[in-house]
Order: sequence, then structure tokens, then C-alpha cells
Amino acid sequence: MVSAEKQRELIRRFRAIVGEDGILTQPEDLAVYECDGYVIEKKTPDVVLFPTERDQIVAIVQACRELEVPYIPRGAGTSLAGGCLPVGGGVVIALTRMRKILEVNLRNRYAIVEPGCVNVHLTQHLAGSGFHYAPDPSSQGACTLGGNVATNSGGPHTLKYGVTVNHVLGLEVVLPNGSVVELGGVAEDAPGYDLTGLFVGSEGTFGICTKVMVRLTRDPAACRTMLGVFENVQDATHCISGIISAGIVPAALEMMDQGIVEALEAAFQFGFPLDAGAVLLIEVDGLEAAVDSEAQHIIEICNARGAREMRWAETAAERQLLWKCRKQAFGAIGRLSSSFCTQDGVVPRTKLPEILNFISECEKRHQLRIVNVFHAGDGNIHPILLFDERDETQIQHVLAASHEILQKCLDLGGSVTGEHGIGVEKLDFMPRLFSETDLAIMSDIRKVFNPDGLCSPNKMLPTAGACGMEEIPRDHPGRRAAL
Amino acid sequence: MNPRSADKPDSPPVIGAEIDYDKFLDCVHCGLCTSACPTYLETGDENNSPRGRIYLMRGVVDGRLKLTESVSRHLNLCLDCRSCETACPSGVQYGRLIEPFRVDMKRHADHVPESKTESTPEWFRKWILLGLFPHAKRMRQILWSVRIMQRIGLIGLIEKLGLVKLLPMALQRMYRMLPELGPAKKPLPEFLPAKGYRRAKVALFTGCVSETMSPETNRATARVLQENGCDVVIPHLQGCCGAIHYHSGDVDPALNMAMKNVAAFRLEDIDAVIVNAAGCGAILKDYGHIADEAPGRSQDRCDQLSAFSGRVKDVSEFLVELGIRPPGNPLSIRVTYHDACHLVHAQRIATPPRELLATIPELEVIPLAESTICCGAAGSYNLIEPEMADRLLNRKLDCLQKADSEIIVTGNIGCSLQIQAGCKERKLPMQVRHPVELLDLAYRGKSFAESNDER
Repeated sequence: MVSAEKQRELIRRFRAIVGEDGILTQPEDLAVYECDGYVIEKKTPDVVLFPTERDQIVAIVQACRELEVPYIPRGAGTSLAGGCLPVGGGVVIALTRMRKILEVNLRNRYAIVEPGCVNVHLTQHLAGSGFHYAPDPSSQGACTLGGNVATNSGGPHTLKYGVTVNHVLGLEVVLPNGSVVELGGVAEDAPGYDLTGLFVGSEGTFGICTKVMVRLTRDPAACRTMLGVFENVQDATHCISGIISAGIVPAALEMMDQGIVEALEAAFQFGFPLDAGAVLLIEVDGLEAAVDSEAQHIIEICNARGAREMRWAETAAERQLLWKCRKQAFGAIGRLSSSFCTQDGVVPRTKLPEILNFISECEKRHQLRIVNVFHAGDGNIHPILLFDERDETQIQHVLAASHEILQKCLDLGGSVTGEHGIGVEKLDFMPRLFSETDLAIMSDIRKVFNPDGLCSPNKMLPTAGACGMEEIPRDHPGRRAAL
Repeated sequence: MNPRSADKPDSPPVIGAEIDYDKFLDCVHCGLCTSACPTYLETGDENNSPRGRIYLMRGVVDGRLKLTESVSRHLNLCLDCRSCETACPSGVQYGRLIEPFRVDMKRHADHVPESKTESTPEWFRKWILLGLFPHAKRMRQILWSVRIMQRIGLIGLIEKLGLVKLLPMALQRMYRMLPELGPAKKPLPEFLPAKGYRRAKVALFTGCVSETMSPETNRATARVLQENGCDVVIPHLQGCCGAIHYHSGDVDPALNMAMKNVAAFRLEDIDAVIVNAAGCGAILKDYGHIADEAPGRSQDRCDQLSAFSGRVKDVSEFLVELGIRPPGNPLSIRVTYHDACHLVHAQRIATPPRELLATIPELEVIPLAESTICCGAAGSYNLIEPEMADRLLNRKLDCLQKADSEIIVTGNIGCSLQIQAGCKERKLPMQVRHPVELLDLAYRGKSFAESNDER
């Protein structure tokens, strides 16, 4: 929190930059900016600004530097790891008024957008052109491309098509020293250091991106969407390994266990088998001539690995409903429990049976209910721990179980976040994930871009920036939806 | 727990304290609703998003935030289009939060700071919104004079001389919304028989604004129902649905209107109450909830209104369930479909109107970008919040211009008037029609041009 005098000076300076319409200063207007999709830790910013162009951001960053006030960019605020938490207060730079699609170039297969452009708006804009933007996080209807760049977002279809970093050709960035740089560019294979790759996934700690140049992907000519029904989770996970080791790269490969299927059936009445231990949602895409044989191959593998039944999405509407079920799975949890907490761990694919066994042991040990829905193809698990907010002992068990599961992911050679990012939520895990020297080089790189630590302080790296992080004790698991 | 000190005589009331607190807890703050919200799309300010508004309301109920001018501004700017409910994976009933909250704000208006930017003067609310619109008879009388003025060219003269600008702003906006009025229609008879084999007996809800501003929609609806084997009853004692009252916070008059409709429609006699205006349909289907939340709740009233709500069907929803008799004649035009908020979001009816259009031979439906984003009409919102309403109308018109159809189809009178007025201002040639009007033409083998002569 900044002093009253400094705040007055801040407001005066910022009003001159963004105008009366582009600034929030009243406590009741700032309240909603105190957290994002991660609601455990909260901090109210001193000011929220809505710049509409790059030069305003430059001026804001310069003013923050002069007044030594921390600042943080914010898109739609859908982060599940507290990526938008304004640690130390200061200034939230909301990029939600910079949402234009500046250029679409189909011949060269790229688009240039402003950071506040909503992921799905780009794909909707491209509808009918034969192209789309491939990374499709489940929050794609709301999350912004700027936020996708910050967290290097994934999504179900990134198994085949890659995550955000594979689709960002270049960036325009306002650095914390107030200069504007262009990293990469619309042409492929830019010489020099791959600073675009470095910036993507930096969680706002290297600066604020003001333009994103993305690669456009041709729509697949054909796709087949299948549902494999299994007696138990073990058979399903073995099948996943079988598919991948046969050299097939499905467009998506998702697993849902019995608990989640029950909730989805209640919500969407798709006709899922309620007695199955697990279902796999598998999609292959490509040329019309190839998809059928690939789908056939998958069916053979599934059958060989104990699938009880294989189903197809017969129509486009059925396929859409299947995907809707999958993408809104977290929302449907409300039908099982009033509160839930989801974790975002990664294990090597072959370790999936092992981690799932561990999760079900955890479930028994802590007398909890845990359901699973996840991106099976890349080993990114999302165990969902159900609990009742009013039951203090259950809450403690949820915290303990979450911790044990993530530790187990590390023990199995994986990591504690697949796609949600470190934010503030997973800061504690960084020293366990990386050695001191690993962390030191990361910290050095951050200093190159962000020497005074004012830009997105206390994100990603446990070493604090210039302003001290307030300790907010974590005594409660998150209630989250979507991923 | 939320403090529930609303009824302590000496302390100021806690606005929203009577709302079921669990409905706030349903929101897990994921933010997936934000980009479904028209006011957030326009302002980028999360205080003007559903997640933000729930946060504000909950903050007020918890006593954490004061209901300042700024907070009431954010809440009043909500269109109540309920687009967020469609987007929400957690099934948050946003309408069941904002509506009773705003009713409460109205009830305790002395404790709610007036927001300076709000532009509806009280006289307008009292005499026009509540005193004129909900009364079909008064509307007809007023429109008689307008019709005569349009006929003798007086309106054109007034426009040329710029005299419209002399009217108060709210009336100017009403004037802009006035469609080209055709000759007055005879009232519909109380009964119209099914054609051929009788498949159902239904009652038609005719509405007040639609019966006066677009009477042809009701007549086309009745004909289409007859054509599909329905006996159609048009109860003459029916009145306004009560939406304008309810949405401006006057819940008691709204419930009185609801009870009047319960008395007018004899449920034991009919299979369904058919409505062709999405705004009316949404509130008719909500009568039960509204009675349940209203101060001075009575079980008997709740039961009667819930039973009524359970029987209400949008005309497209009903026809698709019944099975549409395919029309034999083509209608060779290019149309685009705008989803009325109170149809697609409040009633979750998205495909039936499209299925209805798909039965018409040679009719081409062009996809419309942002078809589910509000056009800014939102009941009387366009009269009360002109600035945001205009921004949303312009956004809608941009999309419509890109779609470049001959006809714009939508299932709500409010949207029709708003979009038609917008087209007129931008000098776009497109005309707006209800989907059943096109189906009716295809049954009768009339061309679109001929339909214009009938209006």
C-alpha cells in the first residue's frame, strides 16, 4: 500500500495519461480487482488503469518507475494461480480495452492482436476462413491472448498442436525501463536469441506485451471424436500409454473418471455410462482419407487394452456436446459438492497409473472424495478434491492431500503445474522443483528485464522483488472452476 | 454468515439481505462469464461484469462494501440480459441475484444514493414506462394520433423542421423507436380453430407493446398455430406481463398483473400458453420464482403462478416440440438471425427458431457474429440508459452490416424496434421480422414484398 500523498500524486499523473474514464480509485471500485480466479489470497490495488494504446502504457510504466510503485498487467483475471494478484498493492494495468484484432493475414498465416483480445474472439473472427488459433484453454471464452502469453496456456488440443509458445511468432513489449521492443516477428525463423520464447510464460515479470503476433493453423479437413469406455481407471491409463507408444498423436486425449462422469451426466444428459470406471475422450484429425484408419487403429488399441465399449460422435452436434461436457466439467462439480479444489500436476505419461493409484490412496487416507478429469495425452493431471467449506477438519485434509499429490508428482519426475502457472500459489514449490543455481539464473534473467522488480513483483520466483511480499497465511484450499 | 439486520427498525436496511446467500456462493469467481457480458465487452471494467457485480452485491450484503453511488451505478448498468447464465459452468442464477437486489434497491430507495449519470426522470418512469407501456388500450389510443400524423405527413414535417429536438430526451428516444405504423388492426377474435386434424389447444399471449407496435406478429402467430393443427384461444381479459414494472423494482404491481393473467388464462382448458415476445415469455416463465422471492410471500399465490409458468412456451419452442408442418411454398430471401437475450439466455432457446427457419424452402440463413450479444434494447433499458444502449446498438449494427442480409429475424418485439430504429438511422435497407412471420408467408405462398403491403 502506498502512502496517501503518493497515491494522490499517482492519481494526478495517471488521470493525465488515461483520462477520467480510464481510472478507478474508489475502494468499492477496486474491490473486484483484489483477486482473480484464485481467491485464497487477496490484495486490493491502489489504482486500476484502462489504457487504450501502447504509448499510454509506456507513460504509466515510466510514472510507476519514478514513483517506485509496483504494477501488474491484468487481462480477464481468469488465472487459477493468482497470476493477477497485485502483491504490494500499486497499480493494476487492465488491458481489457485493448482488444482489437489488428491484422489477419491468411496467405502468410498470421494474425496480430492486442493483448486484451479474448482467445475465442480471434477464432470466431476467423470462422469460415479455413484457419483458427490452435491453443484452446478451457477458459478460452473469457481469457485474453495477453494472459495466454503470460502463462503459456495449454488446452485439450495442445497435445497435437502445441502450447501458446508454439503459436506466438512475435511480440511487442513495453519493458519495465519504459522502452518498447519488438521480439520475433511475423516471419518465421527470426535470427538472434529467441526472446519471444523467453517472454512467453514469464507471467508478466519481464514487461507488458502490447501486441501479439500469432500463427494461424489450418482447420483440419476432417476429425473423428470417440469415447472409450473402461471398467477402471487403470485400464484407461494403460490404454493412453498404448496409443501414444503406437506413434499416434491424437488431436486430443482426455480422461474423465466415474465421479466426474456422474456430474456431467447430471448436467448435460449426454448418455454417458454411469457404471464405467473411466472414459477417454479421443479426437483425431487430419485429412479425410487418413482419419478413419487412425481412428480404427485407436479403437483396436483400446479394445486390446480392455475397453468395454467404443462410441463415436455421429454428428457435429454430438461432437460439440462432448467437448462442451469436457470443457465445462469443472462447473458441473457443483452437482457433487459445494466446494472443491483442483490441482494442476504433471507426470511423465507412463507414470499416470502410478499417480492415479496414489491419488486414490490419498482419497482413502484422508477420507475425502477426489474425482479426476485431465489432459491424459500429456500427463497433465487435475485431481479435484471435494469438500464442505464449513468442515474445518476436511479443509485440513484437502490441504494435506493436495500437498502430498503434488509432492508425488515431483517424486515421479514431473512438476507442480502444467498450465495454470506458478503465480503466487505455487511459489513455495519452486525451490523443490529447481536447484539453487537453476533459480539463480532465472532470477538473473528477470533482473535484465526488470531490475527494480516493480513489474509483477513476487510472481514466478520465490525471491522477492523490491517491495516486500506480505505473508498471507494459506489456511484454506481454493474453490475453483474451469481450467 | 451474512448479517440479516434488514428488519431492525433503527439500523438502515441491508440491501439484498433477504436473498438466499447460497446463490452468491454458487459463484466460484472463475471469470468465464466476463466476455459474455455486453457491458463488460464495452467498458472492459470488471465492475461492469457479472462476476464483478456479484462481488459487489455480496460485498454489500456482507457489510464489507457500502452501497455507494458508484456501486449502484454498476448494478443499474446491467441489462439483465442473462448472457452470463449461459456462459456460467457453475450454474449461477445471476438473474435471481440482480433482480431481487434491484427490487430491494428500489424498495429502500431512501438509502440508495442516486447516481448522477442516471438519466430517467421520475415523471418519465411514472407516466410513460409504468403508466403507458403496460396498457395496451392506452397505447392503442396514443398510436392512433401518431398513425394519423404519419399518414398526413405531419411527422415528416416535424422531423424536417427539427421539432423533435424540442421534446425531452427520453421522449425523443421513444419517438426514434416508433416503427412505420400500418392501418390499425381489428382485435383478434377470442377463438380461432385449428386447420385440419386438431393436435393441440393453446392460448395466445398477445402482449401490450407488440400488439400495438407490431400487430402482424400476433396475427401471423395465430395463423401459424392454426396451420399446425392448434385451436387458438385469445383471452380478452389478459393484460401486461408485468416485466416493465418488475424490472424497475415495482414488484407488487407486477405480481398483481401476474395474478390477472392467471385468472384470464384457464389452464385446465389448454395445452400451453404461447408467447411470441421473448421479454414477456421470460417473465411469464419466472412468475413462480418472483412470487417466491417477493416480500409478503403467500404459498397459494406461489402455487398458482408456478403452475402458470410451467405452461408457458415460446412459439418456436412449442412448434418444434409439436413438430412443424413443413411449408409448401418457398421464400427466396437471405436472412440473418439475432438471438434475443430473453430467448437464448433467459429461456435457453437457441435452436428452435433456427429449426423453424430451416423448414422454409429457399430461405438462406447467414450466420451473424455476436448473435447472442444484447442489442441494447433490453426492455426499457434503451430509454433509461441511452448511452450504453446506443453503444450496444452500434455494435449490433456493425455485425448486421457485415452479415449483409435482406431481412433480420428476431423473436422479441423490443429487439425488433431497437434494431429497426437503428437501421433507419444508418439508412440500412434491412427490415426486421419475427420468425413466425416468415413461416406464415411460406404457408400462405406470399412473397416478402407482399407482406409489406399487409402490415
